[in-house]
Amino acid sequence: MSKMTAVQYKTKIEPVWCPGCGDFGVLNALCNALSVKEVDPKNMVFVSGIGCSGRLPPYVQSYGFHTVHGRVLPIATGIKVGNPDLTVIAVGGDGDAFAIGGGHIPHMARRNPSIVYIVMDNGTYGLTKGQASPTGPLGMKTGASPYGTVEPPLNPIAMALAYDASFVARGYSGKNKELEALIVRAMNHRGFSIIDVISPCITFYNTYKELPPQLAAIPADHDVKDRAKAFELALRDDKIHLGVFYENERPAFEDRLKETADKARGAGAPKLDEIFLEFA
Amino acid sequence: MSDIVFRFGGEGGEGVISTGELFTTACARSGLEIYTFRSYPAEIKGGHAMIQVRVADVNILLSRGGTADVLVAFNKEAYDRHYKELRDGGVLVYDNTDFLPDEDTRTIKYPIPFNKIAMEDIGIRLTKNMVALGALSELFGIPQDKFKEICREKFGKKGEAVLQKNFLAIEAGVKYVQQNVKKADSLRVQPSGRQPRLVLSGNEALSLGALAAGLNVYAGYPITPASTILEFLARELPKTGGSLIQTEDEIAALGVVCGASFAGKKAMTATSGPGLSLMVEMLGLAAMTELPLVIVDAQRAGPSTGMPTKTEQSDLMMAIHGGHGEAPRIVLGLTSVEDCFYGMIRAFNMAEYYQTPVIVLTDQALAQREASIVKPDTSHLEILTRRLPTAADLADYQRYKITPDNISPMAIPGMPDGFYSATGIEHTEAGGLNYEPANHGKMIEKRWKKIEGVLKQPWITKNYGTPNPEVAIIGWGSEEGVIREAVENGNKEGMKLGAMHPKILWPFPTEAINTYLKGVKRVVVPELNYSGQFAKILKQNLQDRNIDVISMAKPGGIPWSPAEVLAQAKEASKHYV
Repeated sequence: MSKMTAVQYKTKIEPVWCPGCGDFGVLNALCNALSVKEVDPKNMVFVSGIGCSGRLPPYVQSYGFHTVHGRVLPIATGIKVGNPDLTVIAVGGDGDAFAIGGGHIPHMARRNPSIVYIVMDNGTYGLTKGQASPTGPLGMKTGASPYGTVEPPLNPIAMALAYDASFVARGYSGKNKELEALIVRAMNHRGFSIIDVISPCITFYNTYKELPPQLAAIPADHDVKDRAKAFELALRDDKIHLGVFYENERPAFEDRLKETADKARGAGAPKLDEIFLEFA
Repeated sequence: MSDIVFRFGGEGGEGVISTGELFTTACARSGLEIYTFRSYPAEIKGGHAMIQVRVADVNILLSRGGTADVLVAFNKEAYDRHYKELRDGGVLVYDNTDFLPDEDTRTIKYPIPFNKIAMEDIGIRLTKNMVALGALSELFGIPQDKFKEICREKFGKKGEAVLQKNFLAIEAGVKYVQQNVKKADSLRVQPSGRQPRLVLSGNEALSLGALAAGLNVYAGYPITPASTILEFLARELPKTGGSLIQTEDEIAALGVVCGASFAGKKAMTATSGPGLSLMVEMLGLAAMTELPLVIVDAQRAGPSTGMPTKTEQSDLMMAIHGGHGEAPRIVLGLTSVEDCFYGMIRAFNMAEYYQTPVIVLTDQALAQREASIVKPDTSHLEILTRRLPTAADLADYQRYKITPDNISPMAIPGMPDGFYSATGIEHTEAGGLNYEPANHGKMIEKRWKKIEGVLKQPWITKNYGTPNPEVAIIGWGSEEGVIREAVENGNKEGMKLGAMHPKILWPFPTEAINTYLKGVKRVVVPELNYSGQFAKILKQNLQDRNIDVISMAKPGGIPWSPAEVLAQAKEASKHYV
């Protein structure tokens, strides 16, 4: 396969996103990363949940599976287990990831399949017109919380670290080069990687103005193998840090499954008929 | 001919069930046909456990049988619960160190001090089960060597000392009977001299069927009574190079299955009612994106947690209609242990051929009971795989192209030029999102028409008994054997009974059933649920509105017996004018 440019990775389908949506930035960074990694589109599957960000798969030249709300991770796991040679990238929003689908993340971290999970995090449910999401701030006023929300937001990075996901990073859709680099690094990582990408909703929760002064790059001397230090950074409330918080290589799920099959088979693959004899 | 129903009852966790299983294997190795039924407490220790083993030298056993011929009571509770179901002239074998039965002359009674022999002669209390097997061996003529052979296979790993204790216990049981019991009954189990049978539980046969069908990815969450499928395949699937995942919940299980199918693999999950309830949203996704996959529902008494260890057939409506919108799926009912094997091959074949979710209904009674079957010949099985796109299809690939049979060639990731994005949103033939009512109408019809093709399959129904019967019996799923036995017994008495047993439950085999019922006035429908779910669907689909449908529905716990079904058929024929 000859090297494809980022533009060649985009299909001709026009995204449904509002002009100025952070998700355009994510799509651009993704296609740049695919070009850098020279991924063969025929061996790539984009899996998504429900929400504005869930619309992404057909915008990329690849196979895609736009699934149900909150279940992107189990379905992505099935694809990876079904064919470990595929590059599997899961995408979705913060409602998908941390509300309805939040129960799957710890188990992805435990299993550690080589899947990149990009969460386009905007603190709101854009597609249902702006209700507060689990990452929206306390007191956020929306149609479903006219007096302000009474639940403080959760911290996706601290949560992923607590679950011991083997690659944890945060990006910003407005910093395209940096985001591209994070995606490339996540794709190089063997195991489950989660990138929480702050991707503002220009229509219902526009944070483009207030966000930039709060952002800071993770210090260059941060040791990504130091989980305790990563927690410290994640729990800081003066700054929102961008970059790789934590990276720890350990055996990937697909490799462990293969080991199990090899162990079960022993010397050679038994025929079905031999299994029957166990019941004679 | 011998045909004897043995029932074992005692304290849960004390080895009653495994005693029954050893007894079962020994009989199957003697070339006899077997049919077991069991009832557990939901608790791991304590409660009452029962296993019934029907043993015969006939060709096929259709049901667990009616009343017991032999009751082996390890404690008073077993006696209290089961004695009334021991037939007149039957044999009570009981542990007289535990209790003494009431004095009556209705049955023949053999007191054998299992506990005392185990404690005093062997020194290990739990060897009382082996003492009991030794006693049964002597009383009913099952060679004790068979028991010893199975003990060696089962306990051999625990060392020679343990094995010898078990052998001694068997011999002690034999000896006690020889010295103290005068046989007053005529029951003998006759080794048949035929080839040994395989003894499989429904869940084991079903799992083997899945392997034979080419299962590659299994995902599941533990739930009674489906967990033994998870455990069986955890052991056997990796040997064939496949993968098994125990997921965090049933939603994730079906998610993994959807993903694996999308990636081109044969995939399945197995669960029980509560798990199927959780899966129905994603079932809609699978129907919408036309994914081949198999979901087994081992039904148990519901609703909610219900009675996890008791059988029921109450998930039929959910299997057919569960979920929002109108999501077509094929629903099959497994009918016997042997059918569990072949039925799963059909399930995978239909899932692959029609690119659709297939729900397979079994139930606790069928899942956990064991029966003997002749070893399947795996070299002659027809195994189907999904239709893949040709080069011409890929030149202008449309994933959901409407074809004459509405089945669209399915591209698999890795294929050049097969790019498409599957989506739960309504889509065009090319796969693009589309909200036009006309397109929705066209695509929903494509998906529904597609699965109707399955009704042309030759196996969808099976008939028994008299053609053009005066009373027909139509049941479904695991009631098959019971109905068949009722029909055979009724016809022996001179009745004209017939049965049709559909193996497919959805799409409903309307034409086959209506053709069968031409000229029939009354249909008895036995099933294990409160509301008569199948009977209702049957009524909706009858062309002849004059046919009287007699619903014979009871909520779960214990399957119907052939005698009960026959009694209902007799009642129906009385009114026949």
